[in-house]
Amino acid sequence: MNLILVTFIVLLAFTSYYFGRKKALVIQSSQRLTALPKFYGYYLAAWCAAPALIIFILWSVFEPSIVKTFILQDYTDQNLTKNELQLIYTKVKALALGNYTGNITNFLDASADKYIQLKGIANSAKVAIILAILIFSLSYAYRSVQKNDRMREPVEIFLKWVLFVASLGAVLVTIGIIFSLLFEAIRFFQAVKFFDFIFGTHWYPAKTFVRDGQPDPELMKDAFGAVPLFAGTFFIAFIAMCVAIPIGLLSGIYLSEYAGRGVRKYAKPIIEILAGIPTVVYGFFAALTVGPFVKEIGNAMGLEVSAESALAAGAVMGVMIIPFISSLSDDVITAVPQNLRDGSYAMGATKSETVKKVIFPAALPGIVGSILLAVSRAVGETMIVVMASGLAANLTMNPLESTSTITAQIVVILIGDQQFGDPKTQSAFALGISLFIVTLFLNVIALSVVKRYREKYE
Amino acid sequence: MNNFKQNLLKKRYNAERRFQWYGKIAIGLALSFLAVFMFQIFSKGYSAFQKTWIVTEVHYDKELLLIDAESPSKDDLENADYYDVAYKAMTSLDPRLTEEEDRQLIQMVSYKYETEVKDLLLKNPDYLGKIVPIKLTASDDVDQVHKGNYPRDIPEKNRRVNDYQLQIYDMLNERGDILSEFNISFFTSPDSREAELAGIASSFMGTVFSILVCLAFSFPVAVLAAIYLEEFAPKNKFTDFIEVNINNLAAVPSIVFGLLGLGVLLAVFNLPRSTPLVGGITLSLMTLPTIIIAARASLKAVPPSIREAALAMGASNMQTTMHHTVPLSMPGTLSGTIIGLAQALGETAPLILIGMVAFVNTIPGTPVDPAASLPVQIYIWSESAERGFVEKVSACIMVLLAFLILMNLAAQIVRHKFEKKWS
Repeated sequence: MNLILVTFIVLLAFTSYYFGRKKALVIQSSQRLTALPKFYGYYLAAWCAAPALIIFILWSVFEPSIVKTFILQDYTDQNLTKNELQLIYTKVKALALGNYTGNITNFLDASADKYIQLKGIANSAKVAIILAILIFSLSYAYRSVQKNDRMREPVEIFLKWVLFVASLGAVLVTIGIIFSLLFEAIRFFQAVKFFDFIFGTHWYPAKTFVRDGQPDPELMKDAFGAVPLFAGTFFIAFIAMCVAIPIGLLSGIYLSEYAGRGVRKYAKPIIEILAGIPTVVYGFFAALTVGPFVKEIGNAMGLEVSAESALAAGAVMGVMIIPFISSLSDDVITAVPQNLRDGSYAMGATKSETVKKVIFPAALPGIVGSILLAVSRAVGETMIVVMASGLAANLTMNPLESTSTITAQIVVILIGDQQFGDPKTQSAFALGISLFIVTLFLNVIALSVVKRYREKYE
Repeated sequence: MNNFKQNLLKKRYNAERRFQWYGKIAIGLALSFLAVFMFQIFSKGYSAFQKTWIVTEVHYDKELLLIDAESPSKDDLENADYYDVAYKAMTSLDPRLTEEEDRQLIQMVSYKYETEVKDLLLKNPDYLGKIVPIKLTASDDVDQVHKGNYPRDIPEKNRRVNDYQLQIYDMLNERGDILSEFNISFFTSPDSREAELAGIASSFMGTVFSILVCLAFSFPVAVLAAIYLEEFAPKNKFTDFIEVNINNLAAVPSIVFGLLGLGVLLAVFNLPRSTPLVGGITLSLMTLPTIIIAARASLKAVPPSIREAALAMGASNMQTTMHHTVPLSMPGTLSGTIIGLAQALGETAPLILIGMVAFVNTIPGTPVDPAASLPVQIYIWSESAERGFVEKVSACIMVLLAFLILMNLAAQIVRHKFEKKWS
């Protein structure tokens, strides 16, 4: 039904384009045109499609919730909670669509009939209203075509609005992220105290799972302490940085200051391949090759090493991050003005002394910015940790034991079927929002540092 | 004094040389990581492109098939009972076997061997009543033995293949009845719980659909947004706000987009779970900032002289943009789009959250059928304990990497072939 309606609107818009252009040619015989003939077509087409499609979208967004309110009106006197009402609505909908398998009460049956009836009314109303709008806006547009009004300006203004709305897309995504995270996180914090979450030291959400019933509040208090996850996240990111910073920075310096053109031309893109490899591939590599390897070496040295050690995950993550640091610091170092170098050489300094004493301090803000970006990348990395570092949240500072991270726990909680309304599911969103805030914070600082650095030398 | 100076100079030159070596070692390390990595994947994965078959003989006995009709129709063959025929085909390999051993024999081929026996007859109805050779898919364990991935000299208890099966395997191998052929079914069959039957067709189609949906959603919006921000946006607070937003969005961890997909697309809009449609939309939100940034950079690279010339000829701002600036910026935008899509292609975590990790053993035909994607398939398989899946994962990684390399090559070609150099 909806598909037919949209196709109809689009087809009508195309026809009106050709019609408008033809009309312009007719007008041309008697008066001077105000714009190229195709603008007459665009004008008609835009007036035809835009209002109808906007109404159509708004209708599709609001129709379900309006129908829902109507259906649930019959149940207001029964003192039901929100979740029960939701359940009833789902049942009614399933029954109306003919795929309900539970037992059917008279009440449900009546509601289902009402649902079908309402849907029918809504559908015919939608078609009628959209047809009316089509007729109205087309006749309005046709009249101004007949009057030979200015045609190019309105079309261009319309296009500009389309462009503007598209650029709001990014804002919309941000709003969507914040709302979807906040909405569930707030409900989570209704069940679990905020301070229990950020200062608690036990993360064991599976404990709260109770079949058919409310979980024990005492258990809840002790199950959602996120400190082990925060610690694990930063610990693994720290290990990754221990690998990535020296290698990345030194190769960045070498590429920008020492390497000949040939080496630079090939080495840089090859190192950047490391950043293009999907993280799930790194995860597989870490779990299957590096993890057992680390364990074997540890055992040979007489240490007790978990097969899913933080060290393996962190090291592999570090390898993944090398190109971020090397490319960014390469760019930053190349941006340092040549006269600083020349001055240093003129004083008799060797190349490495120039790099260490002049270029590095000058490029430091930019390098710090790139490192912060890399840290935010490491904090948000998911698959390596899920596959290579354990899923149990231990509060430990031993790189040979397994730890878990925020991202890994989100995956563990949400893999498979979720039940919304369960504090366990909601806790994933609370973790998500803390992750979002941390990475946002790191990015804002990093971007402003880099920006200030650029301004200094440009 | 002079000696002291010379020493100092020597020291400084040594420090210089050391520093250069540090740089070389760092680059060498980075490159060797890549090399080790590729070597590991290829050495583990190449064998998955070979499939092992066991050749035996099957007697399509009418009585055992329970076919009564004199000249059976297609339906009769379809509904016949293949259990005994298939069973006999396998057990005839060792005529002197006991009841315990026949189970072990059957375990040497995939559990779908009955279907394979049936399919051969359906393809060649004139085999009815005859004894014909047949190729049966070897089980995962036999497959691994044949490829030499299983150590044979450990105690029988720790082996998945016992002594009796090894003995039969050796006998067959000597007779040349173990065949190794190119594994077509890896590319044509969907996922399976059995390693020897599992293929990447379902996840490959899932990936293709998600990427197409992602392209359809992100490309138009991103290009339009980039045009607005680069060519029309007034310099004010709100434009700055949009720009900051885009830059930050580009650095949001991918898993947060998964949460967005779960909390909004699935919970609010009730789109079908586990489908490439939802996956593609989620990925498109992620690629949006990447494409916007690339498109803006290539719009910026179009020299102002082009715009000025168009304006001087009397074109409006919109005409200048749409007829001149945007077409000239397209090569850069397109190559940025391809790179953004390649990034989206390798994403796993957001797809897991929206349920594309479900076990799917059918090949999806539309974007609203449940499906996995290649990276998710890698995750699913690497979580399975069976040995046979390790090589499958590596092979799947090789396919994924090949896909990525192709896309990046395409981006390079688009950029170098079509981009105008302004100088």
